[in-house]
Amino acid sequence: MVYGHSDPGRSHIIEPVTLKILVAGGFGAGKTTLVGAVSEIKPLRTEELLTEAGRPVDNIAGVEGKKTTTVAMDFGRITLREDLVLYLFGTPGQDRFWFLWDELATGALGAVVLADTRRLEDCFAAVDYFERRGIAFTVAVNCFEGADNYPEESVREALDLDPGTPVVMCDARERESVKRVLISVVEHAMLATAATS
Amino acid sequence: MTGDGATDDRWFDDAAGPVVRPYAMTRGRTRSAAEDKLDLIAVVVADRVTPGSAADQTLSPEHIDIVELSRDTPQSVAELAAELDLPVGVVRVLIGDLLHAALVRVSRPVPPAELPDERILREVINGLRAL
Ligand SMILES: Nc1nc2c(ncn2[C@@H]2O[C@H](COP(=O)(O)OP(=O)(O)OP(=O)(O)O)[C@@H](O)[C@H]2O)c(=O)[nH]1
Ligand SMILES: [Mg+2]
Repeated sequence: MVYGHSDPGRSHIIEPVTLKILVAGGFGAGKTTLVGAVSEIKPLRTEELLTEAGRPVDNIAGVEGKKTTTVAMDFGRITLREDLVLYLFGTPGQDRFWFLWDELATGALGAVVLADTRRLEDCFAAVDYFERRGIAFTVAVNCFEGADNYPEESVREALDLDPGTPVVMCDARERESVKRVLISVVEHAMLATAATS
Repeated sequence: MTGDGATDDRWFDDAAGPVVRPYAMTRGRTRSAAEDKLDLIAVVVADRVTPGSAADQTLSPEHIDIVELSRDTPQSVAELAAELDLPVGVVRVLIGDLLHAALVRVSRPVPPAELPDERILREVINGLRAL
């Protein structure tokens, strides 16, 4: 933990407890839409500067010679209480940016894997990742055209999910729907915590 | 995009985002001692001291922006980066400087390696229900 120099006379600004939930899923699965549906701010973007190799730039020397690019992570904020703030981070989709996932995943409360039933295989990687890292996640089946042809059981089977992993149907554009998804993630995280302690 | 960008004095192109200047701002440094600990949701708070009073000539306008932004409202590292439109890595270095100069504090109540306790999780669920 990092603290600045403490000062007994400092003001009584409330420093919130901050938590984060990751939102993963394939290209165009609705991650930004989901974040936007519940965020109190317009989804913001943070960027990280990368070299061609896909690692953060370490040193300015030689940067001009290499191709640099930025990768964006969009995020939203939900102030649950003055002293409790939840952030949602959309994960960058491409595999080569996985070190950013590692950073995002550290300390995450849990994750949403958004599934588009037209391209379920797009979320294999995310499911694998969270399973391996032991991060509680909920699979949210986004209600694009044709999603209703995909009952929970077939999604579960196609993704080879552990029986305990929740699968919920959602419409990423609908606030209430997204709230349900997030509650499912936190409930699942709570069970996981209880199970390991 | 590999635009030559030579036509004007812009230091960025739209696709690539800021490339050179942000790291010039940090004098080429990309790591600070505190960086590893500065999670995207770590909260930065500036105490109610005017940065001017520190009379620190080495503060850049971006340092001062961070202090001002986090004075009244604690800001997460991610929010500061978005607000200043700078890469997260750059903002971390700048915050590291400010920490070093004792101009800000960074709080990270939940140790990143652990999950928050059950009470907090329950509060999150209740908070979400009440939205
Ligand atoms: N019908 C329907 N359309 C949706 C839903 N969610 C998102 N969309 C649409 O799908 C498109 C892609 O959504 P985004 O939120 O941009 O997806 P994304 O995962 O952020 O995409 P990338 O960041 O490019 O990977 C947009 O045009 C949305 O309006 C949904 O639940 N139902
Ligand atoms: Mg997106």
